[in-house]
Amino acid sequence: MSTVDIDIPPQAGAPRGSASAEPRGHRLRLGDPIFRGLATASGVFLAVAMVGLGVVLVIDSWPAITGLGTKMLTTVAWSPSTGEYGALAALVGTFLSTIVAMIIAVPLALVIALLLVELVHPKVARVVGTVIEMLASIPSIVFGMVGIFTIVPFMQDHVVPWVLSTPLGKVPGIEPGPNYAGGGVSVFTAGVVLAFMVLPFITAVSRDVMKMVPQVTKEAGYGLGSTTWEVMRKISLRYANSGIVGAIFIGFGRALGETMAVAFLIGSVFTALPHSVFDPGTSIASLIALTFSEATDKLQISALIELGLILFVLTIVFQIAAQAWLRRVQRVTGGRA
Amino acid sequence: MQHSTRVRLLLGVAALLAVVAMAIGAAACGSSSSSSSSASATPAGTPSPTLTPVQMQSGTNVGAGATFPAPIYLKWGDAYNTAKGVKLNYQPIGSGGGIAAIEAKLVNFGASDAPLQEADLTANGLAQFPMIVGGDVVVVHLNGVADGQLKLTADVLASIYMGKTTMWNDPSITKLNPGLTLPATKITVVHRSDSSGTTWIFTHYLTAAAPSVWTAGADKVVPWPIGIGGNGSAGVATSVQQLSGSIGYVEYAYAKQTGMTTTQLQNKAGTWVKPSIASFTAAAANANWKASLPSMYVVLVDQPGADSWPITGASFILVQKSQSDAAIAKQMFAWFDWNYTSGASAATALDYVPIPANVYTLVQKQVWSTVTANGSPVWP
Amino acid sequence: MSAVAETPQAPQMAPMRRRSVTGRKAADLVVKVFSWVGALFGIAVMAFVLYEVMIRGLKAWNVAFFTQTWPLDPMSTSGGMANAIVGTIIITAGAALIAIPIGFMAGVYLAEYGRNGRVATSIRMVTNVVMGVPSIIVGVFAFAILVKPLQHYSGFAGSVALAFLMLPVMARTTEDILNLVPNELRESGLAMGAPRWRVTLRVICKAARGGLITGATLAVVRVAGETAPLLFTALSSPYWITGLFGSGGYFGGPVANMTKSIWDGAQSPYPHMQALAWGGALFIMVFILGLNILVRVLFQRGKEW
Repeated sequence: MSTVDIDIPPQAGAPRGSASAEPRGHRLRLGDPIFRGLATASGVFLAVAMVGLGVVLVIDSWPAITGLGTKMLTTVAWSPSTGEYGALAALVGTFLSTIVAMIIAVPLALVIALLLVELVHPKVARVVGTVIEMLASIPSIVFGMVGIFTIVPFMQDHVVPWVLSTPLGKVPGIEPGPNYAGGGVSVFTAGVVLAFMVLPFITAVSRDVMKMVPQVTKEAGYGLGSTTWEVMRKISLRYANSGIVGAIFIGFGRALGETMAVAFLIGSVFTALPHSVFDPGTSIASLIALTFSEATDKLQISALIELGLILFVLTIVFQIAAQAWLRRVQRVTGGRA
Repeated sequence: MQHSTRVRLLLGVAALLAVVAMAIGAAACGSSSSSSSSASATPAGTPSPTLTPVQMQSGTNVGAGATFPAPIYLKWGDAYNTAKGVKLNYQPIGSGGGIAAIEAKLVNFGASDAPLQEADLTANGLAQFPMIVGGDVVVVHLNGVADGQLKLTADVLASIYMGKTTMWNDPSITKLNPGLTLPATKITVVHRSDSSGTTWIFTHYLTAAAPSVWTAGADKVVPWPIGIGGNGSAGVATSVQQLSGSIGYVEYAYAKQTGMTTTQLQNKAGTWVKPSIASFTAAAANANWKASLPSMYVVLVDQPGADSWPITGASFILVQKSQSDAAIAKQMFAWFDWNYTSGASAATALDYVPIPANVYTLVQKQVWSTVTANGSPVWP
Repeated sequence: MSAVAETPQAPQMAPMRRRSVTGRKAADLVVKVFSWVGALFGIAVMAFVLYEVMIRGLKAWNVAFFTQTWPLDPMSTSGGMANAIVGTIIITAGAALIAIPIGFMAGVYLAEYGRNGRVATSIRMVTNVVMGVPSIIVGVFAFAILVKPLQHYSGFAGSVALAFLMLPVMARTTEDILNLVPNELRESGLAMGAPRWRVTLRVICKAARGGLITGATLAVVRVAGETAPLLFTALSSPYWITGLFGSGGYFGGPVANMTKSIWDGAQSPYPHMQALAWGGALFIMVFILGLNILVRVLFQRGKEW
């Protein structure tokens, strides 16, 4: 076990990371190389594990990739008994519910962020901000439960019939399709609940990014007579643009992968495309969650893993896009988002 | 030695140690696992691996599968635990899940209402036998309609599930129910999202009783033309509870215990029957178990008889023919035996039909005799 | 706004749009109203979620809930989530035991040794990208490498799945926190002649202790509420865990946990099962929110260092 060597040799102030950071001494110093080795091993292990996930997914989905080809992405028939696996319904459902979620969540998030940054007392803003950040950690299953027991009947009995009775009910995409099941359990309900699951995160990031706008610039705008909204629109949002877009990308990626809440609320219809947001559907994640443990057929297991791989790739794409946008924020503002 | 070389050397040692540790962990885990894993066939005559005291103490039968018999299996497990101290961990993940789990040897036994054919049993080295008989019922969520009031024929039911009859006040339904006021609302159809023996039984019924209307086949998973999916019988029941104007099919115990609204059905003899242990027993009396050996594959839907419930079905247990652990196997079969011999009253209380004694004798003689651990039969 | 600069050689600019002050003020007011309405709506919904869980969950909280095991008979009115609570604690602790040391050391590597080198940059890139992977996929992965080959479900497989989710978060936060420590601390430690590892562990980590603990806690909290990774790994059980091995043990068989039990209870048509699920949901929420508040209060830095 090495000890601190009190006879100080001239090694003071060695720069970090350099090989000569070890003090010279005549004792065999194993502590540093072991520590460094462990640290390096951990870092490499981390990367290897992450890459390993992707590799295992690809290997296990290979039979489906070669056996099904593009039919996985373009057909709707999901039938284990005949060996047909077309996940178009899951893909459409995933994107539809996520888009509904973003349409609801993004304006809400921006508006709440505006409120916190410009319109309320900083102390209130801090409290509300903390509350919102904590809300981000509520587990998915809790949202699913509140959804199935309170929001689903509310949608089925009140909201959806009301919307359909207005002229909106004839708009394609809202007008119910042949598989309409009352609207309670539907893509829309899943999207609404998803919106409130990603809302805290997007709000928090938007608020942080908007707070980074230099006070001087905003004051210059106010000084010239701009209203709050004009300062927000022309100054804050311009600065915060990249950060907010990055947050939206990340939120989108998260909503794509949400499993439990969506499984409760979206209807689990694997074999028909939703024609409207009020139709039931399915999502990739909930399809996997609900059918994976009963897959006996090798092709079925492989098809489900291929779906997992598709979801994995989609999430990665959005992460990369988000990182790219967020790096632009760093360049513009000189700090971290 | 150069510093960087030392680092690399130590990196290598660390990696090697990690790999060795994982290998030891995996081996330890594999050898001490007490579930019926029999990856490598032990030649007959080799002594069974010595069991550590921990394994003997654990005394848990692990099973997974159908939600159809779950209420009675769980009740039996609870009672057996009180009586003998052996626990049951039964996970109701659906018949498809049960079949998958036992084929992958992840559990001690699987449960399925959709029996496997002889060829599948042989291919997977499984033995199959019926444990209990019960009934699927149709449940609805309609305000103003009481339990057992609504009458539906097989044709109407098939038409609803095909998406052809879409409104509750459709003439075909109102004609059958002149005394009821049915609302002018859309029927929300609920079926199973998972691979289900209950679906297997239900769709066999529709195919047998309404072949001209129901064209989607009979299996654990069918291409449902319409409707939303619930996860397990429990999920279907909950969905029907939450959505007004909905219709679904579940095992009777779920409907009875939660006070859901069931319907009357018209059986093959033309009589309107309500679900009850009497009507299930009447249907089950028609089963020819002897002829069904060795797989014991029997379909009990749409049976003749004035009192027969048309959607009756048997639920089966699947075990690996070659058990790796004699003690665990004996422990499991002891529980099965207890169910057959002492579980009848608990079953009838939940409106399940126990398997009669003569059929149980058949099961022991013809099926249980084929289950071995290290060459010797597990039962008796 | 001020008028256009009036120099004789002024370039031809588009004439200033005549915008009335009242118009702009009206727009501003509308936006402010929308802001308040939107914010209150968003907050109201969140409050509604919390309220529902609290009301329904509190009804289920009684002594039995915290002391009895999951009822086998769904019709019974007794039973509780005690074994599921303990199971979640064990599974999460197992995950933390794996992920926190490795994640911490990986973060140390990235911050102290690798820095901007090629290896470290690749590690960072891979980690950032995979960090957002949906947890269901991690569950499938853990099933493929641990459950299927060993032919039994296990709580350990569940821990591994959760650890996989925690690892990148742990490494990332460690790296961020360590990067914030001023260089002078390192230099002074090294100047004293202390070996590198000692400086890192004793000096820097001590200085960054608050942030590190916060990071570790947040990583744990993140996975405590996860359901999907446990669906095919730890599955569930109505009993107490019986030890390390055997079909009721941590390494040998399915282990009860809160999230899967909540999932089962919420889908059940039996009122008592649903009540148990609500009770469990409230418990998890209180646990997670409680830990969040705790770390914020204890280590008040939060985002600012």
